[in-house]
Amino acid sequence: MASYVPSARAERQAMLETLGLSSMADLYRAVPPEARVETLNLPDGKSEMEVVEDLTEMAGKNRIFHSVFRGAGAYRHYIPAVVKAITAKEQFVTSYTPYQAEISQGILQSIFEYQTQICELTGMDVANASVYDGATAAAEAVFMCQDRRRTGVLAASTANPQVLEVMRTYCESRGVPFTLLPAKGYALDQDALAGLLTGSTACVFVQSPNYYGVLEDIQPVADAVHAAGAKLIVSANPISLGLLKTPGEYGADIAVGEGQPLGLSLNFGGPYLGFMACKQPMMRKLPGRIVGQTTDNRGNRCFVLTLQAREQHIRREKASSNICSNEALCAMTASVYLAAMGPEGLRRAAESSASHAHYLAQRLSELPGFALKTDRPFFHEFLTECPIDPELFCRKLEEKGILPGLPVEGGILWCCTELNRKPQIEELITAIQEVLHDAAAV
Amino acid sequence: MQLLFERSHPGRGMEYLPPCDTPPAVFDADMLRAQPPRLPELSEVDLDRHYTELSKQTHGVNDGFYPLGSCTMKYNPRVNEALAALPGFSELHPLQPAETAQGALEVLFRTEKLLCEITGMTGMTMQPAAGAHGEYTGLLLIRSYHKSRGDTARTKILVPDSAHGTNPASAAMAGFTVVSVPSNAQGGVDLDALKAAVGPDTAGLMLTNPNTLGLFDPNILEITRIVHEAGGLCYYDGANLNAVMGHARPGDMGFDCVHLNLHKTFSPPHGGGGPGSGPVGCKAFLEQFLPGPRVKYEDNRYSFFTPEHSLGRVRGFYGNFAVVVRALAYLLTLGRQGIPEAAENAVLNANYLMHKLAGHYDMACCENGCMHEFVMDLSRLKEETGVTAMDVAKRLLDFGIHPPTMYFPLIVHEALMVEPTETESVETLDHAADLFLQIWQEAHEQPDLVHGAPHTTPIGRPDEVTAARKPVVRYAFES
Repeated sequence: MASYVPSARAERQAMLETLGLSSMADLYRAVPPEARVETLNLPDGKSEMEVVEDLTEMAGKNRIFHSVFRGAGAYRHYIPAVVKAITAKEQFVTSYTPYQAEISQGILQSIFEYQTQICELTGMDVANASVYDGATAAAEAVFMCQDRRRTGVLAASTANPQVLEVMRTYCESRGVPFTLLPAKGYALDQDALAGLLTGSTACVFVQSPNYYGVLEDIQPVADAVHAAGAKLIVSANPISLGLLKTPGEYGADIAVGEGQPLGLSLNFGGPYLGFMACKQPMMRKLPGRIVGQTTDNRGNRCFVLTLQAREQHIRREKASSNICSNEALCAMTASVYLAAMGPEGLRRAAESSASHAHYLAQRLSELPGFALKTDRPFFHEFLTECPIDPELFCRKLEEKGILPGLPVEGGILWCCTELNRKPQIEELITAIQEVLHDAAAV
Repeated sequence: MQLLFERSHPGRGMEYLPPCDTPPAVFDADMLRAQPPRLPELSEVDLDRHYTELSKQTHGVNDGFYPLGSCTMKYNPRVNEALAALPGFSELHPLQPAETAQGALEVLFRTEKLLCEITGMTGMTMQPAAGAHGEYTGLLLIRSYHKSRGDTARTKILVPDSAHGTNPASAAMAGFTVVSVPSNAQGGVDLDALKAAVGPDTAGLMLTNPNTLGLFDPNILEITRIVHEAGGLCYYDGANLNAVMGHARPGDMGFDCVHLNLHKTFSPPHGGGGPGSGPVGCKAFLEQFLPGPRVKYEDNRYSFFTPEHSLGRVRGFYGNFAVVVRALAYLLTLGRQGIPEAAENAVLNANYLMHKLAGHYDMACCENGCMHEFVMDLSRLKEETGVTAMDVAKRLLDFGIHPPTMYFPLIVHEALMVEPTETESVETLDHAADLFLQIWQEAHEQPDLVHGAPHTTPIGRPDEVTAARKPVVRYAFES
């Protein structure tokens, strides 16, 4: 059994004696006997070598595909080696929330830089230091828009279904009316929106590119929402913002999204990164940590956690959110990624992802039964028909080492990033032809 | 030091991606952003050095003693980082079919079983991403339970006045009204006040045990009985589980549900403020309400399922999976013997350090010893010398020690909350005690030295008032 306790047995005994105690059990005399447990039904502890064997075996039971055409909320992008090296530095990995500014300038400055980059990316004025993921960012954004008169939430049903589910959970717990806006042709139904906006609508939530990859027509949504006196929350894919119009340019009041594409590994769903940014008037409603610039008593520029009057450790039940730990190291990862890529690199990631996706869509359309479900503009994801049972179709491709798009609504939701280059796309097309050929032969 | 944006020079940068090898996708002009984002343009060497410089201005667990109360800053084993980085985990897409992710489901399933045994619960969700997120989820469980019984009058959550700020904040977020319960003279829950507070409107009680004073409440069985008899449920805030794991279980204390902070108790690193992981466990009667998907094991295979009356998702996918991998590695390493051993050494270290300081510093409510942490009350020192808890904390920075948690719990006025953890040796504790005593002496003999601290850190005390009054929360570009 391995142990991370440094003191030897004899040293522990000497410490007990200093305290006038004879055994470790004496340390627990405040615990009533009925609440004591003698021994736990746990396996014996192991050496490091055995634990490595165990976990490596578990990791080996997972299938890693050489070619991945699946996104739907989690995206495989190229991560420069420098990003992983920097974010693995032990000071960044092992430090706590930077309460002590004098010895935490590294973390604080990196969050300030992250906040600036998120503002640049989204076209907003203020960003927080992150929340748990894109889904909780959306839910927290909804709470920012609540006031005494306006509580209703209208959310586009074209958004990622997991995000919508988390928003619903959060809204139900506070008794916030939550309504899904219907879709038309895999995009938000603008006419339905007009009919549902009322004087009690607090906010409208729309995701673009949406779950089906479609770029929503946001400008008329923004105009209608603001004419009705409500707030607009736009969720965006951060890679797309290297190229496409920002939530800020559309007039969004709050921008949120899943930050995972910015240099974070897939990690079977987490840890990821929820980014949140807003326009100046809503700054004091933002949840979570915010880093601000100030000066120290020697006259130097420095950074501190600020606007803490919003937070749980000061306001308790009146806080804007209960969030405490966020995803600081993930935010730093995104910041290093964006700094490494620069404006040109990010643009190339966005353009290559979109171009590969459009090329794949065209190649698929040349096969029988893979028509696009909609002709609306899309970014790097799109939905097609599937001529055979989608589950069977996917399983057959998985057997060939390819993780295809996700079966969604009777079709397939495809995704490309810069990693899915032309030879990989041609390999996929060939594999699909084989699958269709085999299916026809049965 | 310079910001990334101040180091930027137009035209610099590495080419990390090849040129696109397919025809370019064409978008209408009105879909494109007007200006590129003003991201920095840096050579790789400048980028790398920027962060090396930042890392030198960051205090990690390996930089020195980190007795930050309530945060359990224990050593973060290196092997756990290596295991979480295995491509079989890190490259796994969360929407792969379960048949191709059996190892990942096994990680979630086995961690759940081990943590259920440690807490005395029967089922657990790994979805919450942090402690506060777990609290919120646990409260939704309580809400779902009462709702399922048509008991809609239960709108109040009782929270002791010594609780972490997240407790009342989570209760409010979950739609409850918060009722504060006073502490008794010994620092535990005042039983009479509790009896007076419970009633047909009580949804539940949130309790940290050992509490934020570092005390195990000896009346714990009576406390949970009072709440249950009033029809409420008992929620265990696992922030301080490190003191009692392997020795006492929340389930045996009478708690119905619990959240854990894997990043505190089970060794994943804190990352400068996350990612964490805040699994929520419960007893059998509450399992039907847990968020989905959960993992089950049948016919030699793992699969996902969503409980029948699930309260819904609280996060995307399955939680902070890579943090769970680290915790599992730790659990397997320590095992049956190591878990209680870690706890008792955490308690031993705290008592030892408290003992060494008690001759000079006053302690809040710890006459009979503490658990894994203790709270110093510096009111008398402040009266005698003008030196505050803040001053002492800042002076510790000069000696490379991360200060204890300051001014918490709120019920102690000049509080310093000290949690050494089990992964510190006796000489580290002796050295820290010497420094605390030196500062005590300085406070009496040269108080200005302490008021003016820190003296050796990269920056001096920051002006936090101006930061909040005139917020500058992003870089102001020249153009």
